[in-house]
Amino acid sequence: MAGKKTESLIITGNQAAAIGAKMSRVQVIAAYPITPQSPVTEGLSQFVEMGELKAEYVTVESEHSALSVCITASTVGARAFTATSANGLAYMCEQLHWAAGARLPLVLACVNRAMAAPWNILNDQQDAMSQRDTGWIQIYARDNQEILDSIIQAYKIAETVYVPVMVCYDGYILSHTVMPVEIPRQKDVDRFLPRYKPHTILDPSDPRNLNQVTLANPRLNSIGSLCHGYMELRYLLQEAIEGCSETIVAVDREFGETFGRSWGGMTWSYRLEDADLILMAAGSLATQATVAADELRAQGYRAGVLGLRVYRPFPKQDLIEATSKAGLVLVFDKSISYGNEGPICSDLKSALYRSKSRPVVHGYICGLGGRDIKVRELTEAAIRSLLWVRETESAKPTEWLNCQI
Amino acid sequence: METSVLNLPEREYLLPGNRTCAGCGLSIAYRYILKALEGNAIVAVPASCLTVLHGMYPTTSVLIPCVNVAFPSTAASASGLVAGLKALGRTDITVVGFAGDGGTHDIGIQALSGAAERGADFIYICYDNEAYMNTGTQRSSSTPLGAKTATTPVLGKQQHLKDMPRIMEAHSVSYIATACPSYPADLYDKMRKAKTKKGTRYIHISTPCPPGWIFPTKDTVKMGRLAVETGMVTLYEMEDGVFRLTGRSRSVAERGKLKPVGDYIKLQGRFAGISADNLKELQTWVNSRWAGYLKRA
Repeated sequence: MAGKKTESLIITGNQAAAIGAKMSRVQVIAAYPITPQSPVTEGLSQFVEMGELKAEYVTVESEHSALSVCITASTVGARAFTATSANGLAYMCEQLHWAAGARLPLVLACVNRAMAAPWNILNDQQDAMSQRDTGWIQIYARDNQEILDSIIQAYKIAETVYVPVMVCYDGYILSHTVMPVEIPRQKDVDRFLPRYKPHTILDPSDPRNLNQVTLANPRLNSIGSLCHGYMELRYLLQEAIEGCSETIVAVDREFGETFGRSWGGMTWSYRLEDADLILMAAGSLATQATVAADELRAQGYRAGVLGLRVYRPFPKQDLIEATSKAGLVLVFDKSISYGNEGPICSDLKSALYRSKSRPVVHGYICGLGGRDIKVRELTEAAIRSLLWVRETESAKPTEWLNCQI
Repeated sequence: METSVLNLPEREYLLPGNRTCAGCGLSIAYRYILKALEGNAIVAVPASCLTVLHGMYPTTSVLIPCVNVAFPSTAASASGLVAGLKALGRTDITVVGFAGDGGTHDIGIQALSGAAERGADFIYICYDNEAYMNTGTQRSSSTPLGAKTATTPVLGKQQHLKDMPRIMEAHSVSYIATACPSYPADLYDKMRKAKTKKGTRYIHISTPCPPGWIFPTKDTVKMGRLAVETGMVTLYEMEDGVFRLTGRSRSVAERGKLKPVGDYIKLQGRFAGISADNLKELQTWVNSRWAGYLKRA
């Protein structure tokens, strides 16, 4: 335990992310300004220029180039970091696929912001959710301490399973809001997260051709061994991501042993033991839902919160177990899969298909483009949903919370 | 001192039996470029004919390390290699970004401009076959006036090509050179010189393409020579901003005159049926450019 003699600072989520990257001893940073992410990279450029962090900081001309720099820096064996938001993440989309397909252990801080058009710089989670199929692990932090801790954890996860990790946190609500954050000791971080040792690097002494054209079917190499086709490589990526929940849980547990706090691994819960009514969300909204659960308890409802920490891989089994005793689960999505419903809601329903005791699931779309979400709105939604279940047999359509149409 | 083809290094880094088309100008250029790099390099290659040359997994025809990168990202990817190697204390390796004209003039220009402005320490090579040859000869911004392509199939291209080295000159990079594989020693010397410089260095190589330009595969070297002798391509270099004609272009400037552009385009199917107006305009454009080079030299 390293609880003693650690420093506690009152800082924003963006400062926590920058300190997390610094303490992870990132060697290459490339980023492009975008609100509300910019203070992360401003902080890191200051660390580099002040000599507090020995790293190459590449001031690229776009987000596409930011991730391109990280990809090749990682290919030669450097630990690389970038951060972005919204349209910046969308601009990286091609390279998100590339980084995952090339199995590079990058870490990206995604400061969640609404997608244009129309322009909106405030928070929702449409940016990251829209990239869920790019092959990245996605962690959603609930407060500033978890941002710092998750970035350090993310490198350990990524470098174990060779899958890049996106650490997501809500723009403004966390990125620009100060709260106390305990800063771990560097020597503890160094012990927890040793130097990156890549399994393959590009080096003239052992020339290789990486990411070259790969056909659909396996093919013989020059000495007659059968090598994977494109489809086998894709299977291996899926296998790595589906199988990495054990690593994520183990890394979080080891983090807890080293630093005295952990974050629940894949999911976390609040007053869930006897809960019949579950509020589910990812990020800061799930923290807010704990206040709603307390109020619902005060009104006599057995309410609890299921926080989704890791969205990819989707923790199906954890969610089946966590919801098995509940009658009703309300999923609050800060994004939407247009033409369907909220992505977390959709994925939860899909996971529960295998469950023997499926609760009713109601989806709510909320907080888009920074629309404020009040605790009262969450509790009222819960009571509306309870009434619906009691009085109606048909399925409840997705409801847009506080949408004034 | 200028190298002669007789004393080029014998060691080969490009193996025979690669997947380029017969008569590929790029494969000739690449052979000499790799000789100049002597193996101690990493090359970043976007979607292009060079991807094809390097071969399909799990075999390759090239004996230097290569990382395939996304189409718009060549210069950013090269910057990442430089940054990663520097962070790891490995500054002895030459980093090369190597893209076609589509990957340079069009989709890659933003990343290239960014890297050049930062002075990222690598050699950027554009091999210019004057259209998207790898995807089937579609028009690029480096396609010359009057040339027919898959996307200018009837009238031919109606605009002049984009002068990429001039755009790079505006970035004040440490070294700019143009070259053509028909003059391999000139290309080799420019690569060797580029290797000794720091910061972003830009080499623009005109690579004749038999299937795209539509000429017999045996005529690649001849076509490159005619390009230079007619002034469609000019061989020069700019060291720290100082302009100098080199090789055949210098000898034409000193002791002769340009051949008519018609001598070059009449041998290529892509210019078949070019209008008299466009041919005249092309000659006017060449004359004006050449006059500009002579003035600077």
